[in-house]
Amino acid sequence: MIDIVNLHKSFGDSHVLKGITTSFEKGKTNLIIGQSGSGKTVLMKCLLGLLIPDDGIISYDGRRFAELSGDERRNLRQDMGMVFQGSALFDSMTVEGNVMFPLEMFTNQSRSEMEDRVNFVLKRVNLVDAHKKFPSEISGGMQKRVAIARAIVMKPKYLFCDEPNSGLDPNTAILIDNLIQEITKEYDIITVVNSHDMNSVMEIGEKIIFLKNGVKEWEGTNKEIFRTDNKAITDFVYSSELFKKVRQMYQEEQD
Amino acid sequence: MNYLSDIGSYAIMVREVFKKPTKWPIMRNLILKEIDELIFGSLGIIIFISIFIGGVVAIQTALNLTNPLIPKNLIGFATRQSVILEFAPTFTSIIMAGKVGSYITSSIGTMRVTEQIDALEVMGVNSLNYLVFPKIIAMLFYPFIVAIAMYVGIFGGWIANVLGAHSSSAEFVEGLKLDFISFHVTYSFIKSVVFAFIIATIPSFHGYYMKGGALDVGKASTVAFVWTSVAIIILNFILTQLLLG
Ligand SMILES: Nc1ncnc2c1ncn2[C@@H]1O[C@H](COP(=O)(O)OP(=O)(O)OP(=O)(O)O)[C@@H](O)[C@H]1O
Ligand SMILES: [Mg+2]
Repeated sequence: MIDIVNLHKSFGDSHVLKGITTSFEKGKTNLIIGQSGSGKTVLMKCLLGLLIPDDGIISYDGRRFAELSGDERRNLRQDMGMVFQGSALFDSMTVEGNVMFPLEMFTNQSRSEMEDRVNFVLKRVNLVDAHKKFPSEISGGMQKRVAIARAIVMKPKYLFCDEPNSGLDPNTAILIDNLIQEITKEYDIITVVNSHDMNSVMEIGEKIIFLKNGVKEWEGTNKEIFRTDNKAITDFVYSSELFKKVRQMYQEEQD
Repeated sequence: MNYLSDIGSYAIMVREVFKKPTKWPIMRNLILKEIDELIFGSLGIIIFISIFIGGVVAIQTALNLTNPLIPKNLIGFATRQSVILEFAPTFTSIIMAGKVGSYITSSIGTMRVTEQIDALEVMGVNSLNYLVFPKIIAMLFYPFIVAIAMYVGIFGGWIANVLGAHSSSAEFVEGLKLDFISFHVTYSFIKSVVFAFIIATIPSFHGYYMKGGALDVGKASTVAFVWTSVAIIILNFILTQLLLG
């Protein structure tokens, strides 16, 4: 369980997170949704300790993150996997090198064991023929998938994905969503996903937190989100014409 | 005030570099890569510059020797002294601050702006150890470059002297041996070890803690070069006072 209590974060004059309180549960895909600039990435970086919150508490299974020593923090982080919004692949390494990196750093596996594991995760993200290419030689969507492979290669206990399927075609996006959910169930881990993709919301939104201007405006499940009357949510969810239509038809059906 | 807090953060960074070491097989590869990049990659330019600097020192000494009472072997003597005491250790270090320093700042700075450093940290890697430690170790080989710069610089002086017929080869070599104090070479190596540490760490500091985007990487490199040079010049003064004064 990851607990967040009254989290605040400002950059100079701009108050980005204004007192967020929520929790993320084990074995579930937790979604943070909200418009561009609403503070999703900042919230996720605070969770990982990449940004230091101005106020509030973050605890991992009861252990307060801010109170951990440098070494304890690093040990905890070995159990985390993170997919950055911009992929953040090591550009001096090949695709294979990137995915193998955490294994080389933190396990004592033999070369062939590592290769097997790398092949396995790359296959799971549907990437089979790019092992020897460098990040600059593959497309943005492929980079994203390599980043996902790198994040899951160590079987993390906590998986954070910052817009894992932005920039992917609809089929691959669904594949990635399903993969994230499968992994969450399979390893019974805590997964937190930033997204503004409604497909993801429908597919994997077991717990959804809706951020608006740095405030948690709404919290619930993907079943509830389509029934809520919260104006901000409906504006966000039905921003696309397609969804407006679906909602209209759904309501007509109900009447 | 700002400078003071920068010096504080620099000290904290240096301490962090030596914490939670990276696994040796990986670190060994990183060190070898940095030796290749920082040391071997700099040999060409250092040899080139040293030859010409040595030559210029010899010519200028010769041209100022108008008094017939001063022995001709002064040319060799002056070349040896200037090359060993200052040109090889200090001048070479300023060039390294430009060449190696800008490489270090821009490579680490790029990793910062593209979140690769964050990615390392999230995995639980001590990114300062991973990125900066191999550079410090590789730069421990820097005194070899300085030694080469000494030989080549003096050789350049000899060539210029002989080609310009300022003194005979024998007189030049006699000057080279005149009043030779081996501690001067030690002094020079001590300086170069200190400068090596500066060249590895100050540019790393500016790359690691930079903020902004790609454009700021260039700015950070320039700022890093200025501060590395300033640190070298000041430490050169202090070390000379301590060791020779
Ligand atoms: N390092 C920073 N310095 C200053 N302001 C920042 C910084 N990082 C984020 N911000 C500001 O915080 C706000 C929230 O940014 P954030 O990246 O969290 O948005 P987001 O919800 O992830 O948006 P998107 O969906 O576009 O990724 C923005 O207004 C941004 O300008
Ligand atoms: Mg974002």
